[in-house]
Amino acid sequence: MKQRQQTGAGPEQMDRGKVLDVLFVQGTRFFAWMVLLIILAVLFALGKGALPALEKFGPGFLTSSSWNPVTEDFGALVSIYGTLVTSIIAMLIGVPVSFGIALFITELCPVWLKRPVGIAIELLAAIPSIIYGMWGLFIFAPLFADHVEPWLNSRFAGVPLLGSLLTGPPMGIGMATAGIILAIMIIPFMTAVMRDMFEVVPDVLKESAYGIGATTWEVVRRVVLPYTRAGVIGGIMLGLGRAMGETMAVTFVIGNTNRIHASLLMPGNTISSSLANEFTEAVGEIYTSSLIALGLILFFITFIVLALSRLLLHHLSRQEGLRT
Amino acid sequence: MSVVMDTARFQRRKYLNIMVLCLSVLMTMFGLFWLVWLLWTLFSQGLPYVNSTLFFKATPPPGGTGGLANGIVGSLVLTVTGVLIGAPTGVLAGTYLSEFSRKSKIAPVIRFVNDILLSAPSIIIGVFVYEIVVVPMGHFSGWAGALALAMIALPVIVRTTEDMLRLVPDNMREAAAALGAPRWKVTTAIIYRAARSGILTGVLLAVARISGETAPLLFTALNNQFWSSSLNQPMANLPVVIFQFAMSPYDDWQHLAWAGALLITLAVLGLNIVARIILKTPKMRK
Repeated sequence: MKQRQQTGAGPEQMDRGKVLDVLFVQGTRFFAWMVLLIILAVLFALGKGALPALEKFGPGFLTSSSWNPVTEDFGALVSIYGTLVTSIIAMLIGVPVSFGIALFITELCPVWLKRPVGIAIELLAAIPSIIYGMWGLFIFAPLFADHVEPWLNSRFAGVPLLGSLLTGPPMGIGMATAGIILAIMIIPFMTAVMRDMFEVVPDVLKESAYGIGATTWEVVRRVVLPYTRAGVIGGIMLGLGRAMGETMAVTFVIGNTNRIHASLLMPGNTISSSLANEFTEAVGEIYTSSLIALGLILFFITFIVLALSRLLLHHLSRQEGLRT
Repeated sequence: MSVVMDTARFQRRKYLNIMVLCLSVLMTMFGLFWLVWLLWTLFSQGLPYVNSTLFFKATPPPGGTGGLANGIVGSLVLTVTGVLIGAPTGVLAGTYLSEFSRKSKIAPVIRFVNDILLSAPSIIIGVFVYEIVVVPMGHFSGWAGALALAMIALPVIVRTTEDMLRLVPDNMREAAAALGAPRWKVTTAIIYRAARSGILTGVLLAVARISGETAPLLFTALNNQFWSSSLNQPMANLPVVIFQFAMSPYDDWQHLAWAGALLITLAVLGLNIVARIILKTPKMRK
């Protein structure tokens, strides 16, 4: 009692402080739990919505390529195929480009240029996906159809394997176009991670390699890359997760047909573009439920990829939130 | 030991190095090339149609004259409502992760899940909100749209808040505690104040992120041809208007879509740049 009076705080004030303290701490804890609850609720709601379709089609839903609203016969294969193929194209283009940009910014770039180039690349990530879609459909696709696809056709006709992949009617829209636009969209995310990784390599390691006469490329190849391997793979996985879930840009340019074509120049479908195109128009329980089942599949695939990415990036500096 | 150099080998290494470095410069130019092309397209296609009608008239029927006023207002309402829901939630959750979770075993899990949500496909959020809000209500509504946007803003704000609060030196917490301040007061009066610009940056980036989002609004707020002042009704919003008008066969609709695309991009890029400036200023003062 005596001590309390000396500090100037009466017992009532102390008690009120304690109550407020508990309220405040528990309040923040409640909101932190919300994050966890949201992901569980998403899983639960999607599972519940997908149940009628999954009950009707069983595991065959994953391997069936039919998508017929009239006979109510649905399967996810075409959409899964489209999601994977467009993402693979995006990775094939995006990974080397992101690596090159990260290399340029960390090893080559004069100091005064670092920030402007870094910000410009990051702004690519800020542009809304619908803008990429419009630009892709109205500007990029016609140019692609007029200049690139005829060239591909003349160059690869008759070549085994590549011939069937890279020839087709020059329509502009299709899986290849979607993949290229996805590549541009995920470059900033992968570049940011790789750049952060390259920058944490201790200078001593690099300097000792330079000291024994290594060239810049040898330093990157033999010192920087081995040192940052896990993080670079994590960054690539992050890009992959982004590419698979991207919706609006793909919806504009993929062509939206439910057929699997050998050619990459042909239109197709991805899980997210099917959802964007058909969800509001779907009539009947099974149709809607099949679309939600597609969403559930996308949720699982991206969750696994992004979880792996986060595990690999675990020890990274925690600045990711600033890049959205 | 002879010091004779293997000239051929040295030349090969040198050329390989030069080649890789040139490639890296090319890749950077390749990346920047798209940004320039995108922005140039937006300005050349959109700027001719930016005029006062755009801001003051509602979306027209095909062939009629009109603007995007209902879409612009709707987007503002949805974004502001979304942030009003998402920001307090996110800041408090971030506070828990940074300040009160030292002994907690669940905190790393929450952090992990939050990082996944940060990159999760936004269309899934749209389907989720459709299931839990639109279906029970029986119709599309502005509330559903705002909620979907809030859920996309949330992980961004949680993450930046936690990062920014962690930057506040422990000395300040200890000094405040030594004066007898309870933890809630330490947090609200000292820590928040010290991290204010950082938290604000996070909120601004979240606003930038959600103001261009289209996918989650397709099945939640839907769209509205007319003025919609009630969040209980389907609500016009710029991204979905752009989507519908761009995909339409009418020229004037497509022109409006380009003008809208320019507006939204300028707003988002502007927010991003302002956020960066706010974050940089206090650091430079130090």
